[in-house]
Amino acid sequence: MTAMPTVSLATLALADSRFPGGGHAHSGGLEEAVHRGTVSGPEQLAEFLHGRLHGAGAQTAVFAAAAAHAAARGVRPDHWSLLDAELEARTPSPAQRAASRAQGRGTLRSGRAAWPSRALDELLATTGSPHHPIVVGVLLGAGASASPTDAASVVAYLSVSGPASAAVRLLGLDPFAANAAVTALRADTERIAAEAARTAGHRPENLPGASSPALDLLAEQHQRHHREEVRLFAS
Amino acid sequence: MQAEHQHHVHGQNGHRHPVDFDPTAAGPDPFAPAASGSRPVRIGIGGPVGSGKTALTAALCRTLGSELELAVVTNDIYTTEDADFLRQAGVLDPGRIEAVQTGACPHTAIRDDITANLDAVERLQQRYASLDLVLVESGGDNLTAVFSRGLADVQVFVVDVAGGDKVPRKGGPGVTTADLLVVNKVDLAERVGADMAVMLADAHRMRGELAVLAQSLTEDPAASATADWVRRQVAEHRAAVGPSAE
Repeated sequence: MTAMPTVSLATLALADSRFPGGGHAHSGGLEEAVHRGTVSGPEQLAEFLHGRLHGAGAQTAVFAAAAAHAAARGVRPDHWSLLDAELEARTPSPAQRAASRAQGRGTLRSGRAAWPSRALDELLATTGSPHHPIVVGVLLGAGASASPTDAASVVAYLSVSGPASAAVRLLGLDPFAANAAVTALRADTERIAAEAARTAGHRPENLPGASSPALDLLAEQHQRHHREEVRLFAS
Repeated sequence: MQAEHQHHVHGQNGHRHPVDFDPTAAGPDPFAPAASGSRPVRIGIGGPVGSGKTALTAALCRTLGSELELAVVTNDIYTTEDADFLRQAGVLDPGRIEAVQTGACPHTAIRDDITANLDAVERLQQRYASLDLVLVESGGDNLTAVFSRGLADVQVFVVDVAGGDKVPRKGGPGVTTADLLVVNKVDLAERVGADMAVMLADAHRMRGELAVLAQSLTEDPAASATADWVRRQVAEHRAAVGPSAE
């Protein structure tokens, strides 16, 4: 690996908040945290994002890297259902599973128009509605346009950029402070992406599992509140 | 365990794909093509907050529900507010109404990233195979909010006289490009000091050949003129794509 790898356009496009994959309607538990008063300003947002990066971010990074690795080396179609099932098993909250599949479906719809590939078709055929990090990994790995590290970086970044944007919209936070809270996580994000890349070649069942019970509970509570009162975000 | 999991996932999506171990086999395409004779015409209903989008949607359901197979997607920022209104109004079977969350950005959900709305439309199409029409009602937004052509085949922009008779003159993509501009609540014009002649003249001046309708749901709860316009859109969609495949 070179010291200064070139970032592919696909990597930039997938990490862009303007990418039309349905992500704008998800807050990753932030709306529920705001509702409870857990997050009310930039300091608490920074703490929330730190926890989310090391929980959901690290977990999704592992599977995005593994999917990119698998797509680049070319795997049999049944590999995709195995990978998808292993991420499903590591996501205990049904609400988070649904949010991940909704964004996976949206990203796949956009991705098919932008970066069609046989791996993408096979992923769709074997899983129906795949998890988001696996779609990102396949999109980046299949065209060999990006490395497993890039795929992991994209989903790790999205795990915090989405909630940060939601905080701006829900709390009227200073957008400069919210953005600074995301970029302050540079070292953590790079470490998580590098670690994910190290396990990218593992068999799906041997991939690491990160657990973040608080986020699981926030996601479930968000769904419960949906039925009772106003919620602006889908998760 | 593995088979069970797959079964569960496919069951949730309402479609199935057998796992094929042949790497050269291509799976069936579960996505509807962009424009197909077998899919319903999608009409977007947009406009500022309080202009009467939901009331118009309810009136259209009441008037057209017995002659067309129709369904509704609502995008109110308060998520279920409009859906609840429509369900309580009893104008449509609750299964024919889908509500989407817009992440506090209603214009994003109908224009820049239409993912959640397309998902909702597809859920309705899976539930009711022979839909003629899906009404997609935007959350209340500003004069620049328009529907993406990837989501709505044609769109209606609803403004009302109480918002001020300057609104058509102000323009913006909603007023100038929507396929139909509805000037709503014309029965209130006198009371709010709106000059209807000016308002309609401005609307026609800003829109050229595009249609403009004045409407009062108090005087005409059936929204007859708008319903006629919708009937024409459905007929034109059918004529354009030929007989339905379904």
